[in-house]
Amino acid sequence: MKSGTVWLRSTGIATLLFLYLPIIVLVVFSFNASRLSAQWQGFTWDWYRLLARDASLHAATANSLVVAVISTVLATGLGLAASMGLERLPGSRARHVLEGALLLPLIIPEIMMGVALLLFFVTVKIPLSLTTVILGHTAFNVPVVMVIVRARLRKLDPRLEEAAYDLGASPWQAFRRITWPLLRPGVLGAGLMALTISLDDFIVTFFTAGPGSTTLPLKVYSMIKSGVSPEINALSAILVVLSMGLVALSLALQRR
Amino acid sequence: MTRKTLPHHLAIALAAAVACVVSACQPTPEDGPKKTPKAGDAATLHYFTWSDYVGPDILAEFERQTGARVVVDTFTSNEELLAKLQSGATGYDVTVPSDFMVSIMMRQGLLEPLDQALIPNAGQLEDHLKNLPFDTEHRYSMPYLWGTVGIGYDSAAIDTPPDSWAVLWDRRYAGKISMLNDQREVFGAVLRSMGHSMNSTDPGVIEAAKARLVAQKSLVKTYTSERYDHLLASGEVVLAQGWGGPVARAMKERPSIRYVVPKEGGTVWADCLVVLRSSRNKELAMQFINFLLDPHVSARTSERLLFAASNKEARALVSRPVRENPAVYPPLDLLPRLEWMQDVGAAIRVYDRAWTELKMTRS
Repeated sequence: MKSGTVWLRSTGIATLLFLYLPIIVLVVFSFNASRLSAQWQGFTWDWYRLLARDASLHAATANSLVVAVISTVLATGLGLAASMGLERLPGSRARHVLEGALLLPLIIPEIMMGVALLLFFVTVKIPLSLTTVILGHTAFNVPVVMVIVRARLRKLDPRLEEAAYDLGASPWQAFRRITWPLLRPGVLGAGLMALTISLDDFIVTFFTAGPGSTTLPLKVYSMIKSGVSPEINALSAILVVLSMGLVALSLALQRR
Repeated sequence: MTRKTLPHHLAIALAAAVACVVSACQPTPEDGPKKTPKAGDAATLHYFTWSDYVGPDILAEFERQTGARVVVDTFTSNEELLAKLQSGATGYDVTVPSDFMVSIMMRQGLLEPLDQALIPNAGQLEDHLKNLPFDTEHRYSMPYLWGTVGIGYDSAAIDTPPDSWAVLWDRRYAGKISMLNDQREVFGAVLRSMGHSMNSTDPGVIEAAKARLVAQKSLVKTYTSERYDHLLASGEVVLAQGWGGPVARAMKERPSIRYVVPKEGGTVWADCLVVLRSSRNKELAMQFINFLLDPHVSARTSERLLFAASNKEARALVSRPVRENPAVYPPLDLLPRLEWMQDVGAAIRVYDRAWTELKMTRS
């Protein structure tokens, strides 16, 4: 028994280290005074200062935020509507088929998704731009929102809504006054998750980006190709902290 | 919350595959309304370039001069550039492919002929860049930055300065050698050391070159085209096949680093400015090319990136240590020993296979 807990604890710690050690190293080296990421030569804020002055980085950040916010709003709206519709669909077979179809983007390799989107945009002659990136992100974020919102929906007592109808509420009133307040934490959590995934996405963005639509992950990637500098560590550290914060917020909201 | 990212070359390969599929339904550049912006029009110029290839001060200067706005997007390899353009990305005006990619893009009809009248600075090109094998009359491309591929080495760790590619097979430096992660360059080095052209298409010769590379593999620490400047500067490798610019950067960190183009000869390369056929601002694009080729502007770029400027006048304008650094400005007596990488046609399959076999061999 005793040795069992020790074993459990040590594997737990090892797993956490395995997951977080690379990130910790990255963050530590973003404060390294040496241009060479290999040796520690003292503490500095220089790389963060350099980041603050880099205009092309500001443009990439603006693009990332525009894409993340708009695609999150779109995906959350669509995902919420789809989840509610699915929940009410009579006949479990149709529901299973639709559910599978809607969640497919979550399962197929992301590169397929990227190639498919690119092919689609080219075929219907939509020039690649920030718009196509937003559409792409919306496409992969809808199922993410659905998974989270449906988990919440399933926990709701359908009788609450029925009671509202019995008391004379219109469907819209029932949704606004009863369902929405109960669903809100889940929807907000889903939205934050979608925002995080959109901010982090590389592959779909890579395929769908056109002129003037370089996002932060694309920028980081191209910076690495011109030499790993501590500036990238600093930028990545900011992204990691930001993403972790958003995920934590999302989880906190879902728990409510 | 990280999403899995796939190896880059896979992404490129797929983009290229898509490009083949969709090329049938691709809009031709003539499609759609075209607007020619007049002077003074607040036009936007889209410059598609290598990451970190253009200083923000230089862009600001062009914006001030013309009133146009410049938007920069970046790519990380010639293949990525081609895949992006083939897969239907339109809207870029000016881009910077390397020499061999210029000929591929020319063949695919992606480039707009240059209007020489708008690019007077072309008259100041270095003599040896005036007549390039892939675009002899500069109808489509203007060389911008150029340099060589050679060996960066740490003179503190290597007693006799190497003068031959053979040093990369020296057992004394086992595990302290890095090679480029570029099949044509790696094979090019061996082919040169065997007395052949780096553009050899003879399968037997390529096979023999592969055997030499397999023999070398246990000595090689890594095949990388990005990190060798760091590896050299941190002392993790003492010999690195590489472009001169990054080696010159490593010299700043570790003064004992030197650069040599071996006596058997090496690659000469040039990244060239081109205007895309799908550009909607062709006149502005040519003005931009002319601006980048200006002696003062290109000298500043040369100084910052540590690659040689194509403009003859620029050489006098860069600081002496840069001008006299053979990693940045190849000595002119070296020119006869340098060779341009050329499209090898169908033989590329032989290279592909040999390269894959080399990569899969256990050292």
